[in-house]
Amino acid sequence: MLLKHTTSEIKERSALTVNPAKTCQPIGAMYASLGIHGCLPHSHGSQGCYAYHRSALTRHYKEPVMAATSAFTEGASVFGGQANLLQAIDNMFTVYNPDIIAVHTTCLSETIGDDIPQIVKKAEADGKIPEGKYVIHANTPSYVGSHVTGFSNMCKSMVDYFSESNGHKSKTINLIPGYVEPSDMEEIRRIASEMKLKTIMFPDTSGVLNGPMTGRFKMYPDGGVTIDQLKQTGSGMGTVAMGRLASMAAARALDNKCKVPCEIIDLPIGLHGTDAFIDTLRHIAGVNVPDSLTFERGQMVDIISDMHQYFYGKRVGLVGDPDQLLALTKFLVSLDMHPVYIVTGTPAGKKYEKALREVVKDVPGEVKISVPGDMYLFHQWIKQEPVDLLIGNSYVKYIAKDDDIPYVRYGFPILDRVGHSYFPTVGYKGGMRLLEKILDALLDRQDRDATDINMELVM
Amino acid sequence: MTAIPILKERESQIYQKGTQPFQMKCGKHSLAGSVSQRACVFCGSRVVLYPIADALHLIHGPIGCAAYTWDIRGALSSGPELHRLSFSTDLQEKDVIFGGEKKLYHALSELIDIHQPKAAFIYSTCIVGIIGDDVEAVCKKVSKEKGIDVLPVHSEGFKGTKKDGYKAACDALFKLVGQGSTEGISPYSINILGEFNIGGEAWIIKDYYRRMGVEVVSTMTGDGRVDDVRRSHGAVLNVVQCSGAMTFLAEMMKEKYGIPYIRVSYFGLEDMSKALYDVAAHFSDKPEIMEKTKEIVREEISHIYPELQKIKAAVQGKKAAIYVGGAFKAFSLIKALRYLGMDVVLAGSQTGNDTDYETLRDMCDDGTVIVDDANPLELSKYIIEKKADLFIGGVKERPIAYKMGIGFCDHNHERKTPLAGYSGMLNFAKEVYLTVSSPVWKFAPARQLSVNSDQLLTDFNPRPNTEHRTLNT
Ligand code: SF4
Ligand code: SF4
Repeated sequence: MLLKHTTSEIKERSALTVNPAKTCQPIGAMYASLGIHGCLPHSHGSQGCYAYHRSALTRHYKEPVMAATSAFTEGASVFGGQANLLQAIDNMFTVYNPDIIAVHTTCLSETIGDDIPQIVKKAEADGKIPEGKYVIHANTPSYVGSHVTGFSNMCKSMVDYFSESNGHKSKTINLIPGYVEPSDMEEIRRIASEMKLKTIMFPDTSGVLNGPMTGRFKMYPDGGVTIDQLKQTGSGMGTVAMGRLASMAAARALDNKCKVPCEIIDLPIGLHGTDAFIDTLRHIAGVNVPDSLTFERGQMVDIISDMHQYFYGKRVGLVGDPDQLLALTKFLVSLDMHPVYIVTGTPAGKKYEKALREVVKDVPGEVKISVPGDMYLFHQWIKQEPVDLLIGNSYVKYIAKDDDIPYVRYGFPILDRVGHSYFPTVGYKGGMRLLEKILDALLDRQDRDATDINMELVM
Repeated sequence: MTAIPILKERESQIYQKGTQPFQMKCGKHSLAGSVSQRACVFCGSRVVLYPIADALHLIHGPIGCAAYTWDIRGALSSGPELHRLSFSTDLQEKDVIFGGEKKLYHALSELIDIHQPKAAFIYSTCIVGIIGDDVEAVCKKVSKEKGIDVLPVHSEGFKGTKKDGYKAACDALFKLVGQGSTEGISPYSINILGEFNIGGEAWIIKDYYRRMGVEVVSTMTGDGRVDDVRRSHGAVLNVVQCSGAMTFLAEMMKEKYGIPYIRVSYFGLEDMSKALYDVAAHFSDKPEIMEKTKEIVREEISHIYPELQKIKAAVQGKKAAIYVGGAFKAFSLIKALRYLGMDVVLAGSQTGNDTDYETLRDMCDDGTVIVDDANPLELSKYIIEKKADLFIGGVKERPIAYKMGIGFCDHNHERKTPLAGYSGMLNFAKEVYLTVSSPVWKFAPARQLSVNSDQLLTDFNPRPNTEHRTLNT
């Protein structure tokens, strides 16, 4: 077994990450860029990083992932990457003809210190950027933060480059969905449209990374927020940013730049998370909650009450990204479950950890939290005292198998199952799906372990 | 028909047999701004060394390079599995400013204490080359303190192509070669080089050689062990597979230890058999080996022959497009597909060299398109133009093929199904059959309508549906 090298004895590690619960900034930036319609993400660095990012996204979404690279050579790493980026911009517009190129940096170009805006200006002056086309950028050094930081930085760049106020406020609400699945973005939009609200969501990867099979390869799928829409965000009546780590920076920037007031809330995961989202929309727009949503909520509560005895007191271990973990932990606590081990690889900060501690303060026994931690440590905790349920990305399956623990796939990356990009886990509908998944895992286990005489038909 | 623009600079990297004088340019660095399918030096080194299962593989750099290479390859081990874990120094901003040597030193020392590996490989990623850590010195120091080999791998991504990564890996391996005792090694012995035990392929191959009466001293690096590498200089012959990933090492061993090498491929009936016969021929002073080899080949082929014939009948005449990492792999694939009665309409690789492409040209039929370092637009253009039914490529190509509604076969290193050897050929044929004849492609709308390919090409041609999506209300 892969993880047979995990020992239960925990030694202090000062300089080392084993089995990371995060990855690097550019992939988050690349993912965010794909949420702009007609955008070609561009990795300013050497060839390897971007090949890995594209492969990783391809494995997770099972969709073509288009992006380009500056293809640094040794020369570029000595003299800087200006020549590469200039040539790249020219080539991309000539060959791939995107509406917009979203440049992100890598560790390499950051360390060399390339000044992207200055290079882009030069490209513009040289006439390399065709009329009506755009080049934007975000700095994404991977030795700071994680993939979530990269996502956040690119979202903020969308605001910095495009948002403009036309003097009067429109009736549109800006939605910043956070680093969630295309399916989640779609669901967030659907909820808002149930409330009859006009919204602009950015980024929006639905229709880009969960598109249909058409018999054609489309370099730029139909989905994504358009540049016109991005511009209009500056005249919105308000912004709802979901997830502090992924979305706050963009929301704040929009407030500063165009005086669009923002509400920063948790991801709409679980009952309370979704309630808060809908309530926030209701406040901003001054509308009522439609019966259709109340109905969905009722259904979700119905499932919880029907099955509450199976949730009670179950110990859960979670690995994932900070915004998801916070909302998910709240959800689990509301189900009477006991999240006892929580690990994110993202250095989310003291404040975040405090917020997380607050959520689990009434969970009996010791709750172990590591921000940032890695999966090796997580596994060691489990070896010391097991849990009843694991929630995390595909790498968690090794732990689940090794220690024979029920397991729900959730997060990034998911390399071995489909569904995550098509079915949401946000909103009431998404909450129901999460409940179904959790119950399936727990009840399948109960069935598996039941003796013949104890096997229950009705559960 | 050039509905998609091809960069002038790229014209020399694409060739259609029978239409132009042959003048391929390859080994070129990818153009800036291209959607290339290529990877970096680090990737090359990681590929080669990864399967050594009792060594520690520590990636010195920021987290990403390590995260993306965590257990994504199908290289199996029969024993320890230390290689499947992901170890990173996870460099932070302060390390980038003040240097990462201290961190590397601590990480290494801690890891060696915990896991007691036989040796350690330390991979330098791009940033290490820029901040100028003296990785060599740290390795030396730790090596002395812990009493094991700690080998730096100079794999900074920007310092060349994937091929340079192979070379860096071979350099590191070569430091181990010659350290062990060669006592008791048979005069009929080989090393298997460039075989990574994807899905257990090395085990299959090793078994053939064993049955021939040939001792395999070490497999580099599939299911590899440090101690085997150490005594590999005791073998009489090096048998090097494919794409040249490990030809560098074979060359060095030839020079220093006088061990000759031959190049082989274990893919397809023809090449597989040749790989066995060539080794047997090398040991011609012991005719039993050749006898035995003939027997094995006969036995193995007769075993799979009936089923292969059935598949052949089903896939005959279908068209295939190949885009793989190494050119050598492309050669074997072409032969294997031909054996199945299929036509190869496009062949390309990420890393072929001049001679490779000449060989490729000679092997291919008129009209076959040959590409070096292609981008997705080019690939999809030719797939449509040539009406391919099957695409063989890597992870990034799979969804492109599926979106276009054609079959796909993964000939990459993530899979855990062996495609080498005789049983592997049957697996391959089954995979081809399964995907090419799948009823799912009937659902591909473009196929249903049998739109002509010009129509399809307008999709790429540049852009879009200018009507923008309206505000979501
Ligand atoms: S940083 Fe360099 S070594 Fe790491 S993946 Fe990128 S190109 Fe390769
Ligand atoms: S060098 Fe940096 S950007 Fe590139 S893969 Fe490694 S961590 Fe990511």
